[in-house]
Amino acid sequence: MRDTNKIRFFLATLGFAAAVSFAVAQDAPDVGPHPPAPPVLMESHIGHLVGHSQDAKTDYRRYCVGCHGELGDGNGENAVWLDPKPRNFTLATFKCRSTLTGTLPTDEDLYNSIGRGFTNSNMPIWNTLSNQQRADLVAMIKTFSPRWQKEKAGDPIKIPAEPPVTIESIAHGKALFTKLECWKCHGPQGKGDGPSAATLTDSQDQPIRPYNFAAGKDDSRFKCGSTNQDIYKIFMTGVDGTPMPSFADTIQPNDAWDLVHFLRTLQVHRHGKENDVLKAAGGKIPDYHDKSSDAPAQPNGGN
Amino acid sequence: MRMGTQGCVRHKLAWLQSFAIAALALVFLILGTTQNANAIPAFARKYGLRCSACHESWPMLNYFGQKFKDNGYQLMNDRDSPIWQNPGYWPVTFRITPIWHRVSTGKVIVDSYPGGVLNPNSTIRRITTSGFDLSGLDFHTAGTLEKNISFYVLPSSDNTGAFHFETAMARLDNIFGSPWLNLKLGKFELDNLLSEKRILTLTGNGGVYQIYHFIPVGDGNIFGQMGDNQLGAEIMGHSYNDRTRYSAALLSSTDGNVGLPYGNAYTGFFTFSQAFDVGKLGVDRVGAYAMLGESPTYYFTAGATPMAGTGISNKSFHREGFVGQFYFGNHFDLQVVTQHGWDNAWFGQGYGDPIDVAGAPNNLPGTALPVGSQAPTWNGVLFEPHFVYSPQLIFIGRYETIRMSRQANGPDSAAPSASNFGNISTYTVGFRYNPFMTSRAGFAWHNEYNWLHQDGTGPTLGLGTANVNTSEVLMGFDFDF
Repeated sequence: MRDTNKIRFFLATLGFAAAVSFAVAQDAPDVGPHPPAPPVLMESHIGHLVGHSQDAKTDYRRYCVGCHGELGDGNGENAVWLDPKPRNFTLATFKCRSTLTGTLPTDEDLYNSIGRGFTNSNMPIWNTLSNQQRADLVAMIKTFSPRWQKEKAGDPIKIPAEPPVTIESIAHGKALFTKLECWKCHGPQGKGDGPSAATLTDSQDQPIRPYNFAAGKDDSRFKCGSTNQDIYKIFMTGVDGTPMPSFADTIQPNDAWDLVHFLRTLQVHRHGKENDVLKAAGGKIPDYHDKSSDAPAQPNGGN
Repeated sequence: MRMGTQGCVRHKLAWLQSFAIAALALVFLILGTTQNANAIPAFARKYGLRCSACHESWPMLNYFGQKFKDNGYQLMNDRDSPIWQNPGYWPVTFRITPIWHRVSTGKVIVDSYPGGVLNPNSTIRRITTSGFDLSGLDFHTAGTLEKNISFYVLPSSDNTGAFHFETAMARLDNIFGSPWLNLKLGKFELDNLLSEKRILTLTGNGGVYQIYHFIPVGDGNIFGQMGDNQLGAEIMGHSYNDRTRYSAALLSSTDGNVGLPYGNAYTGFFTFSQAFDVGKLGVDRVGAYAMLGESPTYYFTAGATPMAGTGISNKSFHREGFVGQFYFGNHFDLQVVTQHGWDNAWFGQGYGDPIDVAGAPNNLPGTALPVGSQAPTWNGVLFEPHFVYSPQLIFIGRYETIRMSRQANGPDSAAPSASNFGNISTYTVGFRYNPFMTSRAGFAWHNEYNWLHQDGTGPTLGLGTANVNTSEVLMGFDFDF
């Protein structure tokens, strides 16, 4: 054979091999139509974005399936190695919501969770994906549970404007921290070492640790965000699937803000307005005196 | 005559048939014998992510993998410190590729009869060799020493087992808590968005980006090769989502060679890029780079032999260009790199590296450039499209061309070069098929064809044009663990 013929021969061989790979790949694990397409196509709506579950199949397989599994049940090949375990989408129970406890999260809640990731877990920050990719993945997540076909997402809670941070609000927050028994899990100093901490399990009977406020520095994040609004949202909506309850029916919005201000002071290594106010007050939180009832709150607790 | 033609066709069909059977058998062999591995390679076992999370197709990074790298091999989820790992965790991965390849090189001077002496008893012919072979071996070890302190050490061998340090660096990440400030020190790959160290092709000419290594024919400047890992320090920063990136590196002009073999000369390498969310198309990135440096041309001599480490009389060079990473949905993308290069006229005349190149000219005092010498310049472009059928199957193409825009031996020189002397054109096609995709190991059935053409660099002996064509077909099992 002349050289040109040889080249053609090898190119033809290469093409043939590619075609064979392409054909074989149809039935290979993970490459072809496997798992079967979800029977219901879902959409997500985040602002002007419309996500389509069928457009997320490749991305789900590329980024998500190793942990969350092909069926979205949290049984990916890596799940056995991970702590905490990956979310089981078939239960449609989600930690980070703007909606009341027990309700489905909004599409935007899921969208934000994908982009934010989960600190102290193996869930990365997927903010390199395009907005459309994230919206499509939200729609894909909704295919795994029939709840999304039967129920609508809950209504987002309303977060009132944050009042100014004062030493009084911090003191009131500390009183609430004691009254609501937050310290039983999070510990009196917020170190996640309360008397109940070692006994906690999530809804899948997996051990779970309460958040350690004291470990955080300036870049500290919570499971569901990093801002004061996020903290407010966390304890007003609860963290579903964990022992962290919702306090929406227990405390009033302004009281909730006071609790936020106190929780920030538990982050002793963080530079923020709450710690500045506390420092200006001599570093000691005064006892809270309830002017409305003229009855003192319990003086126990940290700081 | 007719019978002969039929026989030839039958012969070809038989060849094709037997190759088809062999290829099919190979496919089934791969699919039948590869299962999910049980051990865990370096980063995947640390974070429990599949290869495809970080790699568009292993080893090429996607945007998430790029961010992971830019963060100092950290996911930034407060589990990055090795204190979170099992004490037995050892972040090592090795990679090697058993291959079969066929290399065909044109325009090789050989004796026209056995035992003949060089010219005039010479002829020019194409040499074609094929057989089973090995790639070199890489031992990657990388990760974090502590949160925000990362490292990467890569002892690498050629296919004879001769080792060197391809990479050895430590990096302070997120200095002052900011992703905009990271400091790297050691030997490392330059911040090329289209990484040659993560190239998807493996042939001799297709396994590198020509545009990253181009040196005009006869030019002595080995120091401007942005594809080679370099010794130096790099400041790099990026936005939280990695959409905006910059880097600035100060390098020794040694082309990564250790032991200060040349002289006191430095090179700077600078990049900037910005990515844009373009809706359903995905995320596209555009950027620019510049490499500006100088390196010695005069080395002190001892017994007329140039002495290592004594280089002075530095001359300058630069390369600059644009980079584009354009995605068109989940399955198709196009990577583009351009380059304009300029070397000082001294380099163009072969000055620069008499330490490694025996007989290379040394710019001794009193030396003058030949009449008609010019600073060589060139322009190049690289297009690399990918069709990602799935994270496990990728089709790769590449076309590169480099055109000289000014020759070192100009029109006024005694022997002016043709305007196209040294021009390069090359294309590569291939595909990589990963029979499995887990977080434990990587395996790709790799197939590739490369063709390279260079103008005017072959011998003529009065026997025709001096253009050289080389080609290579390669098939291999590329794996790491």
